[in-house]
Amino acid sequence: MAEDWRSYEPLLIPDIPNLHEIDVYEENGGYQALRNILDNREGKWTRNNVTNEVKAANIRGRGGAGFNAGLKWSFMPDPDDRPRYLACNGDESEPGTFKDRNIFEFNPHLFIEGALIAAYAMTIDTIYVYIRGEYIDWVNIFEEAVEEAYEKGYLGNDILGSGIDIDLHTTYGAGAYICGEETGMLESLEGKRGYPRIKPPFPAQKGLWGNPTTINNIETLANVPLVINNGAEWYQSIGAEGHNGPVLYGISGHVNKPGVYEYPAGMPVMDLINEVAGGIRGGKDLKALIPGGTSTPVLRADQLEGVSMDSNSLREAGSMMGTAGMVVMDEDTDMVDLLWRISHFFHHESCGQCTPCREGTGWLEKVLLKIKNGDGEIKDLDMLLDLTTQMEGRTICALADAAAWPVRHTINRFRDEFEARCKKSVHAVA
Amino acid sequence: MAEQDYSFTQEELDEIERLKAKFPTDKAATLRVLWVAQEKYGHVEPEVQQLVAETLDISPAHVHGVATFYTQYYKEEMGKFVLDVCTCLSCQLCGGYEILHHLEDELGIKAGETTEDGMFSIQSVECLGACGYAPMLQVTNGVYANNLTKEKVDKLIENLRNGNMPEFESMVMRQNEKRKKAVSE
Ligand SMILES: Cc1cc2nc3c(=O)[nH]c(=O)nc-3n(C[C@H](O)[C@H](O)[C@H](O)COP(=O)(O)O)c2cc1C
Ligand code: SF4
Ligand code: FES
Repeated sequence: MAEDWRSYEPLLIPDIPNLHEIDVYEENGGYQALRNILDNREGKWTRNNVTNEVKAANIRGRGGAGFNAGLKWSFMPDPDDRPRYLACNGDESEPGTFKDRNIFEFNPHLFIEGALIAAYAMTIDTIYVYIRGEYIDWVNIFEEAVEEAYEKGYLGNDILGSGIDIDLHTTYGAGAYICGEETGMLESLEGKRGYPRIKPPFPAQKGLWGNPTTINNIETLANVPLVINNGAEWYQSIGAEGHNGPVLYGISGHVNKPGVYEYPAGMPVMDLINEVAGGIRGGKDLKALIPGGTSTPVLRADQLEGVSMDSNSLREAGSMMGTAGMVVMDEDTDMVDLLWRISHFFHHESCGQCTPCREGTGWLEKVLLKIKNGDGEIKDLDMLLDLTTQMEGRTICALADAAAWPVRHTINRFRDEFEARCKKSVHAVA
Repeated sequence: MAEQDYSFTQEELDEIERLKAKFPTDKAATLRVLWVAQEKYGHVEPEVQQLVAETLDISPAHVHGVATFYTQYYKEEMGKFVLDVCTCLSCQLCGGYEILHHLEDELGIKAGETTEDGMFSIQSVECLGACGYAPMLQVTNGVYANNLTKEKVDKLIENLRNGNMPEFESMVMRQNEKRKKAVSE
C-alpha cells in the first residue's frame, strides 16, 4: 500500500458540490467513458475488449465476496433469443455497512454509467437496480438521476445515436437482509419471498425469470467508468497487491469521527482508526475490530498490528475484507453481549429454508442469551463451537456460514471473557 | 366499526399500471403494490392483501406469503408514527438500547406495542444502514433520525406530536469539504 494516502483525492465520491446533477457530472468528465466506448465499438472497445479490460483491472466485488467483476461478466453465455439482465445489488443490509447510499446520493451517475458499460459489455438491454426498502429517501433521490439520464439520452432507445437500447428500472424491497444474497434478491425482484436459490444453476445461466443474469454491487459498478477512462494498468496501481482501486470504508462504533471515507484498498487499519476516524472515543484503548461487516471474524487489537484493509492482509490476520464496514470496539466493550446481538440478527434474518441454518441460528442465539444472563456453563461454549461446524457449508446460501463464523471466532479470540461469564461446570466443581 | 370497502382509486390504479410495466410479469409487482396499499391503508391486513391479489390477478396465498415475509409491511394497524430504533451491532455499541429504553419510558410502552392514543408504536429493528450515525431510528418507514441523544429523542417526540416530521439529513463524507459547505449554505 502506498504510504501517500494522506494526499489521496476521492474518485468514487469526489469533492464536487452538486455532482448528483447530470450537468455537473458531465462538466466533470461524466459519461465520457460511455461515449468513448460507443464511438469506438468497432475498434478499441468491442464488447469483449470492455470485459477484458475490466477483468484485467480485477475490480474485487464490493458486495462482500470480492469476486473479480470482469471475470463474472465473462461467465454470461453467448446471446441467444432470451432476454438478459443486469441486477444491481443495493440492498446494503450487512450490519456495519452504509456506503452504497452515498453513491446514490452523491454520485449516482457514476454508478449509472458503470451499469450501462456493464450492460453493453454483456449485451444486456434491461438493468434492474434493487434498493433496500428502508432506503426510500435514497430510492427517490436515485430515481431523479435516472430520469435525468433518460432525458439526456443515456438511457432508453438508441442511446446517444448508437442504435443500442438499454432500460434501467429501479425497485425496492420491504425489509429482509436475505434479499442482499444475490439469488434471494432475484426472487424478490420476481415479486416473491426472498428465498435464496440452490446453485447451480448459476444466475448467468438461469437468473431472473430463468434468463441469463449478472449481479453486481453498486460500488463495484461505480468503479467501472474509472477503469475505462484510465485503463486497467492505472487501476492496478491503486491499492494493494491483489486488491485494487478505491474503497468506500464505512467506519462505525467507538471512534471520534465515524462515517464513510474513500481511500485506496489496502489502507493500514490503524491509520484508518487513529487518523482518519480520529481515534477511540474518550481516549480509551482499542479492544477489537470487525473489519468488513458482521459476517467477518472479529480481530483483537493485538492482531491488528501491520494489517491493511485488503483481502490478503486480512486473511493472514484471520479475517476478511467483506464490505469494508469497519466496526470499532473500545476496551469496555462486552463481547458476550455483542456476540449475542450478532446471533440475534442472524436468527431473525434466516429465511428458514435449511434446517441447519433455521435451527442452528436459533440455538446459537438461545445459548448465548443464557451465557449473557450468567446461566451458561463452560460446556455450553464447546457446544456452540461444535454447532458452528455443523452449520457450515451445509446450506443453500452463505447466511449460515456468516452466522457461524462470528460465534466461532469471537469465542476463540475472547475465550476468557466468555468463561468468566459462565457458571463453573459440574466437572470443574467435582 | 362500519364495514370498510377496500379498493384503489383510478389514480392508484394508473400508478399500479406504471409499476407493472417495469417487469415482464404482473406477479413481480407484488412488493410494489403492497407498498401502494400500505401507503393508503397504513397496514396490509388480510383484506388489503386480498385487494392486492385481485388487482394483480394473482393468488391471495402468494400475496400473503410476501406480506408476511418482509418486516416493513405492517401486518396489523400501527400507531400514527412507528419508531424503528436500530439496536443492531454499531447502534448497540453506541447506545441504541439506551435510546430504545428511554423511548419506552417516555411513551409508557414496550417495543412491539402502540400507545393507547394510537400516536406511537416502537420497534427494535436490525441494521438500517446508518451505522456511522448511531444511535438512530427511522420514522414510519421514512426519514432517518441520526446521532440520537435522549434530548434529541424528546424533541423528536414533541415535534411528531405537533405533526412535524424531521427533514431528510444529508450525511456528507468528512473528506468532501466543498460539498459540506455547499450543503450547509
Ligand atoms: C446473506 C447475504 C447477504 C448479502 N447481502 C448483500 C448486500 O446487502 N449487498 C450486496 O451487494 N451484496 C450482498 N451479498 C453478496 C451477494 O450475494 C453478491 O455476492 C454480490 O451482490 C455480488 O456483487 P459483487 O460481486 O459486485 O460484490 C450478500 C450475501 C449473503 C450471503
Ligand atoms: S442458509 Fe439460511 S438464509 Fe440461506 S437459504 Fe438456508 S435457511 Fe435461508
Ligand atoms: S447498526 Fe444501526 S444502522 Fe447499522
